Amino acid sequence: MKTDQEKRDFLKKVLNGTIAGSLYLVMPMAALTMGTGDTPQDPKGPDISKLPEQVPGIRGKAYNILEQEFAFVVDITRCIGCGACCVADQQEYNVPEGNYRTWVERYVKGFSDQVYVDAPNGGLDGYQTPRSDIDEWIRDTFFVPKLCNMCKEAPCVQVCPVGATFTTPDGFVLVDHDRCVGCAYCIQACPYSVRYIHPETKTVDKCTWCYHRVRKGLLPACVEVCPTGARKFGSLKDKNSEVYKILKGPGVLTVLKPEMGTWPALYYKGARREVV
Amino acid sequence: MNTAMAAAATAGESIGSATMLVSNYVFPNDLHVHWSMMIVLYPYITGLVDGAFIIAALYYLFNVKSLEPVARFSLLFALAFLCCATLPLLLHLTRPERNLNMLLTPSPSSAMAGFGYIYAVSMGVLVFIVLFVYRPVLVALRSTSRGWLQMVYRIITFDSMDLSRKSLQLDAKIIRFLVGIGIPIAVVLHGYVGFIFGGVKANPTWSTPLMPVIFLFSACVSGIAAIILAYILVRKLRGRSINHSAITTMTRTLTLFFILAFCFEMLEVFSHTYLKSGYHHMVEGLLNGPLASSFWLWQVKICSVIPLILLGVMGLFRLRQGIYNLLAAVVSAILLLQVLIMRWNVVIGGQLMSKSARGYTEFHPQWWDKEGIVAVIVVMAIPFCILWGLGKIFPFWAGQGK
Repeated sequence: MKTDQEKRDFLKKVLNGTIAGSLYLVMPMAALTMGTGDTPQDPKGPDISKLPEQVPGIRGKAYNILEQEFAFVVDITRCIGCGACCVADQQEYNVPEGNYRTWVERYVKGFSDQVYVDAPNGGLDGYQTPRSDIDEWIRDTFFVPKLCNMCKEAPCVQVCPVGATFTTPDGFVLVDHDRCVGCAYCIQACPYSVRYIHPETKTVDKCTWCYHRVRKGLLPACVEVCPTGARKFGSLKDKNSEVYKILKGPGVLTVLKPEMGTWPALYYKGARREVV
Repeated sequence: MNTAMAAAATAGESIGSATMLVSNYVFPNDLHVHWSMMIVLYPYITGLVDGAFIIAALYYLFNVKSLEPVARFSLLFALAFLCCATLPLLLHLTRPERNLNMLLTPSPSSAMAGFGYIYAVSMGVLVFIVLFVYRPVLVALRSTSRGWLQMVYRIITFDSMDLSRKSLQLDAKIIRFLVGIGIPIAVVLHGYVGFIFGGVKANPTWSTPLMPVIFLFSACVSGIAAIILAYILVRKLRGRSINHSAITTMTRTLTLFFILAFCFEMLEVFSHTYLKSGYHHMVEGLLNGPLASSFWLWQVKICSVIPLILLGVMGLFRLRQGIYNLLAAVVSAILLLQVLIMRWNVVIGGQLMSKSARGYTEFHPQWWDKEGIVAVIVVMAIPFCILWGLGKIFPFWAGQGK
């Protein structure tokens, strides 16, 4: 029994260390690249173009928006529920409390085949303690990160009455905050509930796969900080990219709610049938 | 999140066989109900417009003579409410200053983008019907009025005093034509509102081709009920007689539309239960959990079964006029409530179900919010103020029968 306790303590330390480590991955990034704000050419704030290129083939040439295609792969078997991705997202966008551009769900499956899901605070604090309210033997547990599915047949784009939500030629579903009227029809239409009304801008907001970073050759913030490589992003035009190899390889991938006919560009590796 | 979880737990317990509900998990962004009471009012108001227009159409197009006493009043009632149809939408938008984007932006893929065009056509047609129907009265009033009111009458009669037989015959043809195209426009206006919901495939309670049909029939119910109730109240308050023939015809029409509306409402529930497709366990859990009271008790038992019994009594037994009129007013009031509750159950009830398919959230109406209870009362009072104002220019009953 003592050995078990020691193992648990050890794992807790490793987990906490991983979270802390993940946070360090986020924190220095901004600090290292922060401008002084002394001149208009050197604005105060992070200059992400000074970071090393992470998505090959973007920098050093004109961006041909018509010839780009990207994919996002979430490997559920690798996610440890540390919440670093959520912290990175929070830092990148100053996401208002109670709203979530990305979140991590915890699935627990009992021997009775009951599935228990929760996501306290969207997983932002990391899952450091087990659930105490489950009164049966646990058969399996896993974490499922959620974010915008960047649907190829996006219902949110279809229903937007003012064209504020649109799909870019390179496949990103974005929101024009200067056009959005806040009718929330897109929120109703999104099968994945990734949208919310931003309390300050009073317009719809959602995950963009960090389009501003991708256009500068950088990975989305959540991908960059993921300590286990559970979140993967890359160009499908680059045959050396990890996502290209996964998507074109023999492994089994799934998408969420395929019956909706939305054709997501977000794929899940190792997702069980219980995942919605 | 705790309150949502508690609600979900209650729902989950009520249908213990649905194993997916055990975790009572609501997607984090689903905790807030985005379409609240103003979006309940929007289809309610357009429904009142449509139903009132049906009464006028029965007289002006299908020549149902017994409806003559209420035909003009119905048109004005429809116009007063149509003037306010955009108000709930405006209050709902989080960026209301951009509302013109909504009305003007061509966005062919979006059902909602059609609103501006459909609304403008409806308004244009209804205004012209009112002006042509009232023209003989307006011409007479123009000659007896003075000052600014005379100028108003001059404008709305298009500065024409011609009341010759030939001119009135032309008016009658124009009215029949306008009412003729008005019916499909009214159907499109409200069918479209139903489609706004029916076209959301992400929501299993909304996503059904029955939705526009249900909305359309319930619209007719609410509009006809509103005309019956308003006609009886206005005539009583003014100490005037109530035309029993008009009340009888309207009640029979109301009975027909209500039977259709109720059958389709129940057919939708039956379809979910029988087909047991995709998320039926969530819909079942919703109706038996968070909506158990507002759907089964209020919408179905109190506000549908009781009116059906009363309408049956009114249709099958010979009643004294006073009793019949009283029952007509009572049934109309209950059915107005029924349609409002039905809108509530569809709009707000549908959003209580998280897209996680594992839990339900909660909705608590606020009093002073811009979409709150006080705002709802104000929005519903404004059409009556407009109707009162319209009555000053377009007398409800003057020249009736001539």
